[in-house]
Amino acid sequence: MKLLRLTPENTKFPFMRFRRVSYPFSAFLSICSVVLFIFWGMNFGIDFAGGTLMELRAKSGTADISLLRNLAEKLGVGDVGVQAFGNASDVTLRFGVQPGGDTAQAAAVEKVKTAVADGYDIRRVETVGPSVSAELVQSGTLGVVLSIIAVLSYLWFRFEWQFAISAVIATMHDLLLTVGFFSLTHLEFNTTSIAAILTIVGYSLNETVVVLDRIREMMRKYKKMPTDQLIDISINAVLPRTLMTATTVLLALFALVIFGGQVIRSFSLAMTWGVCVAVYSSIFICSPMMIYLGLRNESAVRGEATDSKDGAATEGAR
Amino acid sequence: MLRFAPWKVASIIGMSLIALLIVIPSMLSPAARTALQSHLPSWLPAKTITLGLDLQGGSHILLEVDSRAVVRTMVENLRDDVRRTLREERAGVVGGIAMQARGVQFRLANPAEAEKTIPKIRQLGQSSGAALLGAASAPGVEVNSTENGVVQVTITEAGVTDKVRRAVDQSIEVLRRRIDGSGMKEPTIQRQGADRILVQVPGLQDPQQLKELLGTTAKLEFRLVAQPGDNPADIEELDQTEGGKIPVEKQVMVQGEDLTDAQPGFDQRNGEPVVNFRFNLRGGQKFAEVTTRNVGKPFAIVLDNKVISAPRIISPITGGSGQISGRFTVEQANNLAILLRAGALPAKLTTIEERTVGPGLGQDSIDAGERASYVGAALVVVYMLVTYGVFGIFANIALFVHILFIFAALVLLGATLTLPGIAGIVFTIGMAVDSNVLIYERIREENHMGRSILSSLDAGFKRAFGTIVDSNVTMFVAAVILYFLGSGPVRGFAVSLGLGILTTIVTAVTMTRMMIAVWYRFARPTKLPI
Repeated sequence: MKLLRLTPENTKFPFMRFRRVSYPFSAFLSICSVVLFIFWGMNFGIDFAGGTLMELRAKSGTADISLLRNLAEKLGVGDVGVQAFGNASDVTLRFGVQPGGDTAQAAAVEKVKTAVADGYDIRRVETVGPSVSAELVQSGTLGVVLSIIAVLSYLWFRFEWQFAISAVIATMHDLLLTVGFFSLTHLEFNTTSIAAILTIVGYSLNETVVVLDRIREMMRKYKKMPTDQLIDISINAVLPRTLMTATTVLLALFALVIFGGQVIRSFSLAMTWGVCVAVYSSIFICSPMMIYLGLRNESAVRGEATDSKDGAATEGAR
Repeated sequence: MLRFAPWKVASIIGMSLIALLIVIPSMLSPAARTALQSHLPSWLPAKTITLGLDLQGGSHILLEVDSRAVVRTMVENLRDDVRRTLREERAGVVGGIAMQARGVQFRLANPAEAEKTIPKIRQLGQSSGAALLGAASAPGVEVNSTENGVVQVTITEAGVTDKVRRAVDQSIEVLRRRIDGSGMKEPTIQRQGADRILVQVPGLQDPQQLKELLGTTAKLEFRLVAQPGDNPADIEELDQTEGGKIPVEKQVMVQGEDLTDAQPGFDQRNGEPVVNFRFNLRGGQKFAEVTTRNVGKPFAIVLDNKVISAPRIISPITGGSGQISGRFTVEQANNLAILLRAGALPAKLTTIEERTVGPGLGQDSIDAGERASYVGAALVVVYMLVTYGVFGIFANIALFVHILFIFAALVLLGATLTLPGIAGIVFTIGMAVDSNVLIYERIREENHMGRSILSSLDAGFKRAFGTIVDSNVTMFVAAVILYFLGSGPVRGFAVSLGLGILTTIVTAVTMTRMMIAVWYRFARPTKLPI
C-alpha cells in the first residue's frame, strides 16, 4: 500500500532566514490586533458585559429579524440586539442590565417573553448580573496569566531560560493574534472563548515544546554547529510531525465547526485559528527568538549538567 | 521492546474491558437499559454519564445573600439588645442610641457607669452563637468608650462573616424544602463562595415557578389595619398586591414562623383558591387573643411587606387555624402554601446569574455534539490509516480505547458532560494521535539514519517519550487552571481535556507499543511499513 506523506523526505528549509520576514509580519499582525481591539472592540457576550440573552426559534417558517427588532424596541428594555443564529428559524435577542436590579431584569425578560410568545419558542434564557460578569472577567484574565506563569516555570525547570522566554513570547503572540481574530470577526467573546484561549495556550506550548525538545537534543549532539543552522535542522526534523498533528487536530476541529452547532461555533472557529497560529509561531517566532536571546550552542554543555536528573526521558539523546 | 510482562498486558486488556462495561449503560437508551438490567446480575455497573444542564436542559441559578440587608438587621438587633442591656443595668443615655452602618453609638448620662455596662455589652457579641463554637471564634462585637461616656459598639468583620455564613446555610435548608415540596426532581443546591448559593434543576419544567420559589423571602406577618386615632408613629403604609396602599400598624401580632402547616384549598363559600394554615401552640394562643380583642376590625395578612388581603375579623379564631384568601389562582395558592411550609428565608436572595436551557435545544446540542464527534473521529481514523497503514490501525485502536477511557472516567468520577466538554473530547481525538505521530515519525527518522527495524522501534518509543511528557504537561496545566477558574460548561471542557491528556499516555504510548511488539513477533517484517 502506498502511504500518504504530507512532507517530502529530508526537507532542508532554511527557516531561520525567514525571520527577517516573519518578525516584521508578526509585529504588523500584533499591532493590527491591538489597534482592532482598541478601536473596533470585542463583541463581549453577556458573560462579560452582563445582561440577558434569549435564543428563540420561530414556531413555523423563518424568523423575521426586522419585525422582532421593531417589536423589541417598543418594550422599553433598552437596546435589544437581534441576530440570526445559525439557521433561518433561530435568532438571539440580547439586552443589557436593567436599572433596578434583578427584579427589573426578571420583569424585562417576562416582557420580552410575552411579546414573542405567539410566534416563537424560547429555547434558552441566560441572565448574568453585573457583579458576576466582573468576576468572570477577573477569573478569565487570572486563568490566562496563571497558566502562562505555571508553564514558564515548568519550562525554566526543564530547559534553559532562553527556551522558557521564547516559548512564552510565542504564546503571547498567539494570544494577541487570537484576540485580534475575535475583534476582527466580532465573534461573541464569552467564557467558552476563555476556554478556547487557554486551550490555544496549551496547544501553542505543546507545539513549541516539541520543537524546543528537538533543539535541545541537537545541541547535545552537534556541539560545534552554529545556532541558526542547528535550529533549522531541528525544525526540519520535527516538520513531518508538526504538520501531521496539525492536520489531525484541524480535521477534528473542522468537524466541530461544521457539525458542532451554533452554540459552540465561536469556540470551534477560535480554536481552528489558534491551531494555525500556534504552528506558525512555534516555527517562525519561538525558535528564532532564541537566537535573539543569545542562545549559544556551548550552553548545551551546562544544560547537560543540569539535566542529568531527567533520567530516562532524555537518556537516548546522550 | 518486544518483552512485555504478562501482568502488563493483562492489566491493559482488563482495564479496557472494565471501561467498556462502565460505558455501555450510558450508550443505551433508557428503555433498553432497564430491560437489559433486569436480566443481568446487579454487580454490573449501572451508572450513566451525567449530562450538563446545557445538554439535558434545565435551570442554573446563582443566588446571592444580600449581605447588606443582613448587616442592617444585625445593627437593628444590636440596637435593641443594647437598649435592653442599658435598661437592665439602669444606665441613662443622653440623646438615644444612634445607628450606624456597622454598629451603634450612644452616650452614657453618667460616664462612671461605663465600667459596669461595657462588660455586659461586650457579652452581646458572644451570645450570637460564638459561645457554641468555643473560645476560638472571634467576638462578634467590639466595644470602645471614651472618657466622656461615649460608647461605640461595632460589629466585627468576623461577626458579619459568621452571620452571613449561617444565613446561607439556613437559606439552603429552606430552599431545599421549597424545591422538594414543589415536586421538582433531582435538584442540586450548594453553597458557592462566602455568600452565594447555586441551584441547579435539570430538565425544567417551569423556570418562572422556580424563580418565584427561590426569590421570595416569604416572611408572613399578621398585623392590624390602622384605625383612625392611632398614633402616626406606629403606622406605616404598605403596598397591596391588588394595587394601592393601605396603612397598617407597625406592630406584628403573629408571625409566619409560628405556622406548623399550610395547604392549598378552596374557600367553602365562593370556591376561590385559598391557603389553609395551622399555628403551633404559641401562635394559636396569640392569634386567638388578638382576634378576640379586635372583632370587627380588618386584619392584614402581610407577605414580604406587601398586604395580600385584609379580611375583617368576624369572630374570634381560637382553633389555631385559619385561611388566607387573596384572589389567588390555583397555582399561586399552591406556591404560597409551599413557601409557607418551608419557612421564610433569613435574608433576601438576589438572582445574579441565570441560565435556562430548554430541552429542545439540549437535545439539538447532544445531536450536534454526537455528529461532530463521529465525523471528527472518522476523519482522524481514515487519515491515520492512509498515512501510517498498519501502524495507523494500531493508533486507531488506541484512539478507540482512549475515548472509552475518557467516558469511563467521566462516569466513574460522576463528572458532568457539557457541550464544551464534547468539544474538548473532539479536540483530544485530534490531540490523542499526536503521541502516536511523535513516536512514528521518530521511528521513521531513526530508521532513515540506518538503524535496524527493531532498534528504530525501540529508539522511537524511548526518545519520543520525553517529548510526549513535556508537551502534555503544558496542556495539562492549562486544563487544571481552567478547571479551577471556570464554572459549569467550561469546567466540563477542562475535565474532558485533562482526562484526555492523562489517558493518551496509557493508550498512545503503552498500548501502541504492545500492539507493535506483538505485530513484530508475528510478521517478522524486513522493512518498516511507515
